[in-house]
Amino acid sequence: MPQPLNYLKETASQTAGPYVHIGLIPAMAGFDIFEKNFSNVLVTPNTKGERITLEGKVLDGSGSPLRDVLLEIWQANAAGRYNHPADRSAGALEQEFRGWGRGGSDFDTGLVTFETIKPGAIIDKAGRKCAPHINVWIVARGINIGLNTRLYFSDEEAANAADPVLNLVEPPVRRKTLIATRSERGGKAVYSFTINLQGAEETVFFDV
Amino acid sequence: MNAQAPALRDPRLNRPEPFTPPLGDGGFFQRDRSIHPPAHAPGYKSSVLRSPRQSLLSIENSVSEITGPVFGHNDLGPLDNDLIRNYAKDGDPVGERIIVHGRVLDETGRGVPNTLVEFWQANAGGRYRHKKDTYLAPIDPNFGGCGRALTDDTGYYYFRTVKPGPYPWRNFVNSWRPAHIHFSVFGSGFAQRLITQMYFEGDPLIPVCPILTTIPDKDALDRLVAPLDLNASTPFDSLAYRFDIVLRGQRSTYFENRTAGN
Repeated sequence: MPQPLNYLKETASQTAGPYVHIGLIPAMAGFDIFEKNFSNVLVTPNTKGERITLEGKVLDGSGSPLRDVLLEIWQANAAGRYNHPADRSAGALEQEFRGWGRGGSDFDTGLVTFETIKPGAIIDKAGRKCAPHINVWIVARGINIGLNTRLYFSDEEAANAADPVLNLVEPPVRRKTLIATRSERGGKAVYSFTINLQGAEETVFFDV
Repeated sequence: MNAQAPALRDPRLNRPEPFTPPLGDGGFFQRDRSIHPPAHAPGYKSSVLRSPRQSLLSIENSVSEITGPVFGHNDLGPLDNDLIRNYAKDGDPVGERIIVHGRVLDETGRGVPNTLVEFWQANAGGRYRHKKDTYLAPIDPNFGGCGRALTDDTGYYYFRTVKPGPYPWRNFVNSWRPAHIHFSVFGSGFAQRLITQMYFEGDPLIPVCPILTTIPDKDALDRLVAPLDLNASTPFDSLAYRFDIVLRGQRSTYFENRTAGN
């Protein structure tokens, strides 16, 4: 008998359910309870970088928007630095920019929005330059374990073409499911995305 | 489950030199998806249209996944871990008073300190304070049903609440959820992010729940069932349940790739 390894096993995931807002966005559930709330606004007046709006929908296998979905995003600041001690890259840290936010979809339309800044390019530990991207985590009723994906930017064609993660996506036609489309509204950049959980245009999800 | 897992042997002690480390960047242990529910679990009907049909694309952990949001006591209010008081209007909520406590650990048995744990639940009658819940059991005017806590230096957390009731839901005609509390946990990196549900020892609805039984591994299912913990209860006040949560382990960094020029 070899020595036992004695690792513990990860706790199993369960769906967040239809009432996830009670715990994570109580104002959407219809009540006010905490003194301080987390939100879909990542920027403060002092945040450096280009202000952007991210907006999109998550669609099910019938093409219908999920109206009870919750998204969290995690991103670097404009200098490409994550606000976390494990990021020891050279970009300047901004204490006020946490880099994380959560947003629920509108109960009628399914639209999810975030107010943030466009992240800078990230240098990974192997010294490779990664295209600017936003990490996305998706939970909802009917989703048994949170889904991980990324949003890249349509106006970063050269960086996207060299990105080490996008280049792992096969067939290449699926890479476009990770690109948010830039437009302007009232002089401000809006990046639109659609996340397809299932079907012909299914979004690429990652086992991270 | 044994929360005080024996300290792991230092893997460097037993290996012939030289050796190749499994991964040089301190990423997380690969997730064992055989213990998690599959995306497509037809007995839980909502999963049918909401599950990807393509394979997940496995990517090595980079700085995007190893890092994650950091929270502090400034983010919380003083009553955030007391569901008996944090929405009290003119008295205490109705129901069985309980303490829920435990540790957030990683797969190596180390406590995960200073991590955010969030929880939400129905009231004692199985009714959620949510505009979309129309179950006929009444709202409790003194119960909100949510809270949050930061783990301490050892990964320990606790909160006080009332035991939630079971409730019916539209899956099969006669489907009822066991009593449960939803948990959201962050860990130290975004790849450890986890949402799960805690159940209560002895609940006869557990083996017939279409959501809980999406879990293919019996032991993994049992680990979601919190035992009664009389040692942690407060006499003449509250019973206690123990719920430990295990997040993915983190690899040690033996050798790092050096950026060219370093």
